[in-house]
Amino acid sequence: MIYKGRAWVFPDNIDTDVIIPARFLNTTDPRELAEHCMEDIFPGFSKKIQPGDIIVAGKNFGCGSSREHAPIAIKEAGISCVVAKSFARIFYRNAINIGLPILESSEAVEGIRAGDEVMVDTDTGEIKNITSGEIFYAKPFPGFINDIIKAGGLLNFAGGGQKNV
Amino acid sequence: MGMTITQKILAEHAGKNFVEPGELIMAGVDLVLANDITGPVAIKEFEKAGGKEVFDKEKIALIPDHFTPNKDIKSAELSKALRDFARKYDITHYYEVGRMGIEHALLPEKGLVGPGDLVIGADSHTCTYGALGAFSTGVGSTDIAFAMMTGKCWFKVPESMKFIYRGKPSPFVTGKDFILFTIKDIGVDGALYRAMEFSGEALKYLTVDERLTITNMAIEAGAKNGIMEPDDVTLNYVKDRAKKTYKVYKSDDDAQYCDVREYDVSKLEPQVALPHLPENSVNISEVGDITVDQVVIGSCTNGRIEDMRMAAKVIKGNKVHPYVRMIVIPATQEVYLQMIREGLMEIFVEAGAVVSTPTCGPCLGGHMGILAKGERAVSTTNRNFVGRMGHPESEIYLTNPAVAAASAVKGKIAHPMEVIKNDI
Repeated sequence: MIYKGRAWVFPDNIDTDVIIPARFLNTTDPRELAEHCMEDIFPGFSKKIQPGDIIVAGKNFGCGSSREHAPIAIKEAGISCVVAKSFARIFYRNAINIGLPILESSEAVEGIRAGDEVMVDTDTGEIKNITSGEIFYAKPFPGFINDIIKAGGLLNFAGGGQKNV
Repeated sequence: MGMTITQKILAEHAGKNFVEPGELIMAGVDLVLANDITGPVAIKEFEKAGGKEVFDKEKIALIPDHFTPNKDIKSAELSKALRDFARKYDITHYYEVGRMGIEHALLPEKGLVGPGDLVIGADSHTCTYGALGAFSTGVGSTDIAFAMMTGKCWFKVPESMKFIYRGKPSPFVTGKDFILFTIKDIGVDGALYRAMEFSGEALKYLTVDERLTITNMAIEAGAKNGIMEPDDVTLNYVKDRAKKTYKVYKSDDDAQYCDVREYDVSKLEPQVALPHLPENSVNISEVGDITVDQVVIGSCTNGRIEDMRMAAKVIKGNKVHPYVRMIVIPATQEVYLQMIREGLMEIFVEAGAVVSTPTCGPCLGGHMGILAKGERAVSTTNRNFVGRMGHPESEIYLTNPAVAAASAVKGKIAHPMEVIKNDI
């Protein structure tokens, strides 16, 4: 899949409490969660996003809680994919499991500024900064992780039911 | 080539003789855990995917602990979704308010996890059970939905880091200080995608409650799991509780580690993690004058009976500082009852603290102790992220229960020796 949008740049160690503070976890409604995405460090973030926009962040993005509400809030807010230097482990699997593409590339993060137009090809791992013309590559997903993403998430991958895997 | 305890448990549950770091496996799980925040999301996914039955009603634990007793109508709806699902599928291990506890304190206490188990939970602190020699790890709600249907979960086999603790810790230096010091050493992503294996003779000085504190915070260094090989202390703890058979695994002598670190804990001081990351730990002697508005003793990190005993020992005969709110939260009903039996409740209440029913409440800024703008808390919990306990401009300092209790008395961060009025 190819995604194109403006880059929103965040620093290292963006935690799940910042992505979606616990005080908003008394709902499972993705729309409501999306409205409060990044609210404590970037008021009004969700209103500024245009569908397709891309989050670019430092290392350990998504550290902290296992709340799947975090990638759900990001995806529902209109963010098409996240490029970071590294991801916290549970956030990484949650994003894969709900079908939010995430890519790791320190070079891309260093080479993208806030507001740059960025194009990401999740099949090849190519990340292009359209504004500067630079091209970076992230490692492609291994093994059945790729199959899960292509299926649009873990439960689709599982066959939408009790299929044995 | 040998395997670590983590590799061995994963291999066994994947039906393999050997697994290597980096390998992707599908493994069977012994227990699947979710709470009132993550459970409802899993239930929605379960139903959306057409789930009609659970793989094993004995191997699922659903525990309302985060926003319970319910703080508002929305959270009551979440708890109801969890409760209705538990009743519909006749889930054995559903624990209602009044019989419940904070999940990671409750499951070991009830003997629902033991050595050699593979446990997943939709809560990042599921790594706690590694103290009993289990492989346990936090996952998301979709993983839980999938596991409730299939009894399985996908894993990437982690590399292991080994931490060896030597020496005998001083009084008031606890498992919490071991792990805060370790996180300071390696950083909040120092164990990313890895297993943290804790070992060394110093562990024998620690109670199981303290060991559970160490593995609880493995996630704060980014680890997939924290784990300890079971010893006599572990087996004594599990033998009277275990509801099922268990199997003790140990790492092979020639197991591979990507990093090995040794620490001498005999000179370790109580640690204080400054805002806003758990890696920001300093020795208590270096903290300086930090005044405090609120003290919280509790959570899945430090809400067990040994924590309560330690805090009570420090607070006994003292009074909470007039400008401080001290909130004590036993992690389970059993801890609560034991506190009554031992007279700890009386000690806390006489000192001017409030004692709450079990809940995760303030730890995640849910309820029962939210901070206002500019306020500062000393807390025995596991995270001090921006806004974690309330206002984004509030501050959290993480400590062990003895330091937290002493800080409540002095109105500023203090060493327990400054206030103790009892023999130690």
